[in-house]
Amino acid sequence: MNTSAIPVLEARNVTKIFPGVVANEDVNLTLHKGEILALLGENGAGKSTLMNIIFGLYHPTHGEILVNGQPIVMKTPRDAIKLGIGMVHQHFQLVPVMTVTDNIMLGDESIRNGLLDRRAVAARIRELSQRYGLEVDPDAVIEDLPVGVRQRVEILKALYRNAKILILDEPTAVLTPQEIEGLFDVMETLRRQGESIIFITHKLKEVLRIADRIMVLRGGRVVGEADPKTATQQQLASMMVGREVILTVDKGPAHPGEVVLGVERLAATSDLGEPALRGVSFEVRAGEILGVAGVQGNGQTELVEVITGLRKADSGYVRIGGVDMTNASPRRITHDGRSSHVPEDRHAYGMVDTYTVADNLVLNQYYLPPFAKGATIQEKAIVEHAKTLVETFDVRTPSIYTQGGSLSGGNQQKMVVAREFSRPINLLIASQPTRGIDVGSIEFIHNQIVAKRDEGVAVLLVSAELDEIMALSDRIAVMYKGEIIDIVERTGATREGLGLLMAGIKHEAAQ
Amino acid sequence: MNASSLRRFGQVLLIPILAVFSALLVGAVIMWIFGDDPIAAYRGLWNGAFGSARAWSTTIRKMTPLILTGLSVAVAFKAGLFNIGASGQFIIGTVCSVAVGVNFEGLPAFIHLPLALLAGVAGGVLWGFIPGALKVFTGAHEVIVTIMLNYVASLFAAWTVYAGGTQGQTPGPLWDRTAGAISRTPEVFMSARLPWIFAEPYRIHWGVAIALAVALVMWWVIFKTTLGFSTRTVGANAKAARYAGINVRWITILTMMIAGGLAGLAGAIETLGLNHRFAPEFTGGVGFDGITVALLGQTNPIGVVLSAFLLGALDAGSARMQFDSGVAADIIQVIQALVLAFVAAPMIIRQIYRIRKPGDQVEATVFSSGWGR
Repeated sequence: MNTSAIPVLEARNVTKIFPGVVANEDVNLTLHKGEILALLGENGAGKSTLMNIIFGLYHPTHGEILVNGQPIVMKTPRDAIKLGIGMVHQHFQLVPVMTVTDNIMLGDESIRNGLLDRRAVAARIRELSQRYGLEVDPDAVIEDLPVGVRQRVEILKALYRNAKILILDEPTAVLTPQEIEGLFDVMETLRRQGESIIFITHKLKEVLRIADRIMVLRGGRVVGEADPKTATQQQLASMMVGREVILTVDKGPAHPGEVVLGVERLAATSDLGEPALRGVSFEVRAGEILGVAGVQGNGQTELVEVITGLRKADSGYVRIGGVDMTNASPRRITHDGRSSHVPEDRHAYGMVDTYTVADNLVLNQYYLPPFAKGATIQEKAIVEHAKTLVETFDVRTPSIYTQGGSLSGGNQQKMVVAREFSRPINLLIASQPTRGIDVGSIEFIHNQIVAKRDEGVAVLLVSAELDEIMALSDRIAVMYKGEIIDIVERTGATREGLGLLMAGIKHEAAQ
Repeated sequence: MNASSLRRFGQVLLIPILAVFSALLVGAVIMWIFGDDPIAAYRGLWNGAFGSARAWSTTIRKMTPLILTGLSVAVAFKAGLFNIGASGQFIIGTVCSVAVGVNFEGLPAFIHLPLALLAGVAGGVLWGFIPGALKVFTGAHEVIVTIMLNYVASLFAAWTVYAGGTQGQTPGPLWDRTAGAISRTPEVFMSARLPWIFAEPYRIHWGVAIALAVALVMWWVIFKTTLGFSTRTVGANAKAARYAGINVRWITILTMMIAGGLAGLAGAIETLGLNHRFAPEFTGGVGFDGITVALLGQTNPIGVVLSAFLLGALDAGSARMQFDSGVAADIIQVIQALVLAFVAAPMIIRQIYRIRKPGDQVEATVFSSGWGR
């Protein structure tokens, strides 16, 4: 790390005020050549605003930005790109039907004799990928590429525009453990080659693993810096949230009762018409948490959809409380099966963005008393219910009449969790329950899941986060290519063993 | 109503009001370009719509079917469906109500009239069921199917009143035998006619009361019942609706049936209250106007009544406008089309008047969700 010279990027006393909200207040930031600076903070801490200022999307209300010691004014991202600042957004900005080459040159096309000079661009891409260890086939079409490779294309896009400063916005959120390791290798190579990186995340383990320096934001202000060599996850979490956070889930031994969910030789087809489940069998008992681990796309999504009635099973059985519920309607499974479902994609399934918080909180119970009397909706009961749940589940919303879609991600998830956890159930199906939400909310949701288990609810937990699976599960099932490759006891499971199973390698040592 | 909901209410009204204002302004510019006097024209329009008791009665008469066809389109929008078929459903409603109205002589009015009205509703329901069912079971888009069914309805109506040609072809089943070579139906029996509230010269029948009552009922159904909750959920997010245990297929079919029934009722009321017969030239133009009414009314039943009133007034005043100022009544069609364009593309209005999109409102654009699903 080279700290002697002038910083490549500096923000001085940056304040950004939106009508009614101070998004950044007096923020100072320095970034040196060949440095990885981690920017840590909960959702809504002001990380995105700060990065959007640096990338020229917003103008600071006060303060200034310096690049290589020179104060600069940026009007658009184009100015930022000219100054050597590149940004990799969390949601990729790629055209799926176009090739890697076309995507990279889009907006900055090379032209020879009035035609696109693809060959020159492809050559440049090959050279860049070699130099930075970013393996990509320039002729591949984006939609055929796995997520990890698409991200490499995004990084290449920035490097192609001669970026010396890279902003990576939550780059690990969409990656498998293996892909995360690959990304870290790339980041290390970039650092060695003199690139500077701002790495935005809320995952503590990653920060400690890769960053040279850590800056923590809370409520729009810098609350502190930390040295990854000496800092602990506990300290960082407390800085982020502003209070003590218990990172390990406090849970006693399970007391499994009778079988609540029984799945037998279940087979189903994916949206693409390919077999997604190939004979899956398992049981979940009352008072235990069965975690389903696996690299995303190995059938977990389809498994949950079939159990909850959202996808048809081709063959096999689903039994809830001993009753055959194979291909039953979602309403029958929720109602007669006394089950709850926290869906993987809350925007698509879990909520209606244009509905108020109050209406979202009765989304699948609006037809039942006390929310309905005969055919009429009972607004009073819905309002009372909403007030109670917002209070008990700490959903931060201006009012219960606010549209659900305008809440922050963490609060939307709390809203869904509040609805699904607040009614008497025997079975809880939670799919990626803490995806994309902040540490404080994760802690809360984890504790709620364990509390449900201790009440005697059977819990099926599906998660792409191995840490989450390890922290919560009593038994762990690993899915690989539409099958359950193994089910192990939590007590005997190790990260390495599970990692091997997730890669499809099964041998006795894994147990 | 507290301050924030009042502000929201204002925001909801803002775009439609500005859309109408802009359309009238552009209409004035067009008249001015062609050397007409827009001020005289609009004065005539005003007098024709509101200048006298007669004018008011014309406005109300024109408004009545527009309320129902507007509701038909609006209700479908709530479930994310685009009902272009209000026109065909209106025609079928007319045919069915006349079929009952010209038969069953001697039935008491308290049976004959409801029966004729119900027949109109039933015809519309059937005409809505077809596109609903085709969408659910075959994936056929309701826009295409309803457009096609408009033609089917219109040609079917013409066939029922066909007078028979010179070569002695078979006349249609509803043809008026006393009309010679003219293709038309006989008038419906007195027992099947909607009574006047105000008779000649005002000619306001009880249909307006029915339309207003139906609008209130639809408002209640949409916002206060579990069925309405289900329907709105399907329209706002069909996946979330499935997750919530709502039978999306059934709601789709049912909504199209209700939409069809409303347009069918419009046809029945217009015939049983006013025209008492139909001829093949008649078109379901009010069905198409229902699209403008629904969008201008922000797909809210109360808004639909207000916008039906406005469009009814434009229609009512156009004759007087032409008479007073010499501006062709067709300019009203241009203004109506401009209103539709402005409400359908609120971005234009927001641009012109520099209105910011309210931050905490993720308004579902009914338009886009009605397409391509």
